[in-house]
Amino acid sequence: MKTVEIAVIGGGPAGLSAAINAASLGAKVAIIERDDQLGGQLRKQTHMFFGSKEQYASTRGIDIAVILQEELKKYRNNVEIYTDATVLGIYEDGVLTIEQGGKYMKLKPERIIVATGASEKFLAFPNNDLPGIYGAGAVQTLMNIYGVKPGNNVLMVGAGNIGLIVSYQLMQAGVNVKAIIDAAPKIGGYLVHASKVRRMGIPILTSHSVKYAHGKDSLEKVTIWQLDDQWKPIVGTEQDIEADVMCISVGLSPLAELLWQIGCKMVFVPELGGHVPLRNENMETSIKGIYIAGDVAGIEEASSAMVEGRLAGLCAAKSLGYDTENFEKLRHEYLAQLNSLRSGPVGEKIIKGLSKVTA
Amino acid sequence: MRIEEHPILSFKNEKKIKFYFNGKEYEGFEGDTIASALHAAGVKVLKHSHNHKRPRGFYCAIGNCSSCLMTVNGEPNVRVCIEKLREGMMVETQKGKGVLK
Repeated sequence: MKTVEIAVIGGGPAGLSAAINAASLGAKVAIIERDDQLGGQLRKQTHMFFGSKEQYASTRGIDIAVILQEELKKYRNNVEIYTDATVLGIYEDGVLTIEQGGKYMKLKPERIIVATGASEKFLAFPNNDLPGIYGAGAVQTLMNIYGVKPGNNVLMVGAGNIGLIVSYQLMQAGVNVKAIIDAAPKIGGYLVHASKVRRMGIPILTSHSVKYAHGKDSLEKVTIWQLDDQWKPIVGTEQDIEADVMCISVGLSPLAELLWQIGCKMVFVPELGGHVPLRNENMETSIKGIYIAGDVAGIEEASSAMVEGRLAGLCAAKSLGYDTENFEKLRHEYLAQLNSLRSGPVGEKIIKGLSKVTA
Repeated sequence: MRIEEHPILSFKNEKKIKFYFNGKEYEGFEGDTIASALHAAGVKVLKHSHNHKRPRGFYCAIGNCSSCLMTVNGEPNVRVCIEKLREGMMVETQKGKGVLK
């Protein structure tokens, strides 16, 4: 059986950052990525990031994916990369089972960093399974990775950052966005994104939800209606929107199956998107040697995912005896960066959520 | 429908790839997944639900949700949203839950 010191599951922003830090200290690292390339969801993020320069502010996500891979190359002697490789299970004896290109293999790491990301949530309304109704992230993938338009007229459901950003990117791709609706009375995303789409003439209807999706083989029309201050639909406020695409952007939930399987203690924390693992400040779960980083640890932005990855990689390597005289300084720097990324109203919610799962 | 012009991205779409969907010839480009090539060709219905036979397309496009399972080169339950398009592929609407050979 193959062995490695640290296995990083997932080659997105969190996993890449974890691998870079662990390998830079000298640990032998294996990255296991189910896609055929590294980068995760950064590969479709054409917008520029916020934050500070440590989190690549003012750089596009697609470029950050390249920067991180370049940085990883500096430590190539310490890094093995498995792409097209899906981790199927983590077993009690610490063995990972992996499927790669139709072949089954086993890997025994000494430490595991789980950075599996998240999946898009769904929304309940009649005919929500019609083709043409897609996750907003799915449409972003279709457009920005494969260069394919999802359709002609889009209704975006959800005015959080993903909903606002993908609306803008739909317009950039030459697709008409009819409206953005959100059940909440206020726009959830950053106002800078909201004003950008408003300037392009896209109406944002708050306190609105989907009543019904119409269509035979695929979406043709959507009936929306207004909600009162108790979030109850108001009969008589229905309006029809002709749309062949509806994007659902109502949040993400952590892809935590592997953590469940191995028995990490999990807690339901709505502020973090669902069930997330208990962890200490160093991103280690209730099972010694299993670390987490990124959306699987709680839904946030890619910026904080990268810092969490750096922190998890640093601490996992340190636990194997790979040290640096800067260890405490670096660790505190990452914690400070996370704190500053979590300032503001969205950060307040995240900090509240984290207080329920951080030992 | 392909994106013609884009302010940030450029799509090469140089090498054409021929494939078959339910026996009919289609064309995609190198780099496409089966789902992206079908979608670009206007095919949105990828399967039907088992009990009520409702039409289904992809939902997540990153291999999570299993809303896009099809039969590819005789193999059932292939997630076509992440399966790369290859020359001569035989893509079919899946009947039933599929049998492992």
